[in-house]
Amino acid sequence: MSYQHKKIIFEPIVDNNPVILQVLGICSALAVTSKLSTTITMCIALTVVTAFSNAAISLVRNHTPSSIRIIVQMTIISSLVIVTDQFIKAYAFSISKDLSVFVGLIITNCIVMGRAEAYAMKHPPFPSFLDGLGNGLGYSALLMVVGVIRELFGSGSLFGYPILPLDRDGGWYVPNGLLLLPPSAFFLIGMIIWVVRSWKPAQVEQPEYKIYHAPRPEVAS
Amino acid sequence: MSAPESDSAVSAAPVESARRTLLVTLVLCLVCSVVVAGAAVLLRPIQETNQKADLIRNVIAVSGLLKEGLTEEQALKRIDAHMIELATGDEVKGIDPDTFNIVKAGKDPEISTELTRREDVAGIRREPRYLPVYRIVGPNGEFKKLILPVYGYGLWSTMYGFLALEEDLRTVQGLRFYQHAETPGLGGEIDNPKWRAQWTGKVLFDENWKVQIEVTKVAVDSSSPEGHHQVDALAGATITSRGVENTLKFWLSDKGYGPYLSRLRQERS
Repeated sequence: MSYQHKKIIFEPIVDNNPVILQVLGICSALAVTSKLSTTITMCIALTVVTAFSNAAISLVRNHTPSSIRIIVQMTIISSLVIVTDQFIKAYAFSISKDLSVFVGLIITNCIVMGRAEAYAMKHPPFPSFLDGLGNGLGYSALLMVVGVIRELFGSGSLFGYPILPLDRDGGWYVPNGLLLLPPSAFFLIGMIIWVVRSWKPAQVEQPEYKIYHAPRPEVAS
Repeated sequence: MSAPESDSAVSAAPVESARRTLLVTLVLCLVCSVVVAGAAVLLRPIQETNQKADLIRNVIAVSGLLKEGLTEEQALKRIDAHMIELATGDEVKGIDPDTFNIVKAGKDPEISTELTRREDVAGIRREPRYLPVYRIVGPNGEFKKLILPVYGYGLWSTMYGFLALEEDLRTVQGLRFYQHAETPGLGGEIDNPKWRAQWTGKVLFDENWKVQIEVTKVAVDSSSPEGHHQVDALAGATITSRGVENTLKFWLSDKGYGPYLSRLRQERS
């Protein structure tokens, strides 16, 4: 694999993370991260869909009239999402019950559409596939961090295995119920964005406006 | 988008023509529908097996058979499932209890009846005419326990579960909800093993077979005569707790399993 290809895969993980830098895909990041088993299934599903939809869209990019390109992308993405959803229902049934509608909602995930429109429509299939893979991994990396924090401190376990003994089972750890609710993921993602941007100041956005300091009026008293 | 490159392989018409647009749409729709339909049809048998296995696993979990040292397969042989008609308590042939979908049946106007506001204690709006019940039998086929599917509205969601009754048809063996969307950490604690354990041994009927069960906010005094009709409510989840109480009250009443239960009592006395 050439240097260029590696860069396509690994750049979206920290330097150009779709969630941290572009703040996309937040909705599902809030909904599925309360347990690691659902988080990882969602991550795999999104990575597969992004990679293959990018490849498929790139394959047909030269035959797609621009007037219907968005609907073509949507059709390809939603077909892939349905197939993925069917596979999860067949081979990971209990997890699919927890994920409920969120696998279906990958169709509306901005990362998938964003990569299709921004990258796959302009590049050959193989780099597009890698770009989808990379962006999926970037999304996964963030979700896994949020998922570990939420499950460990929210229910004292990881992947359902107890790590911190809970007080209701005779241990010492009193779980933080807020971490099981979606807003906690919002706070966590906010803090992660803060940490990453302090570490890599290049990611800080330019302010859109500045407060203008008017000269103090000279008033004679 | 960049300017279209060569496209003679697919069609002679230029990419941006109306003919081409129609052709691309048609081909794309055909390919996608074949892929989607193929996946759905090929995977359906596995999904249905999963669904059945999941339901039975919940029945086994609430039956307490695993605690008696049985494996899942042995427990499966002890379960005798059949369909009953709620209004009469009659057994119904011709519907497979393993594939009967309770969630769907409760919404389907063909096989469910609307409840009036006064009747609808559990907040479920419609009640299916038929439901599966599971009799747990001993090693020699004798009746041991009865497992009834129950459901009712909590705070945010309809909570689907199973109620297991002991041989006397009065005492709770277990109550377990397998599908709900109550607040995690508050109402979601109906899944908490400690809270579920409270139900075991509670008595649902008084001497005259009137339903008597209460989820109470005052600490339950097990020495008082009411103690075995009472269960501690969940802290911070009054509405969910009340939902559980109403669910049981509805399903044990004459609108619910009442006719079936009284028939079973007569048979066994």
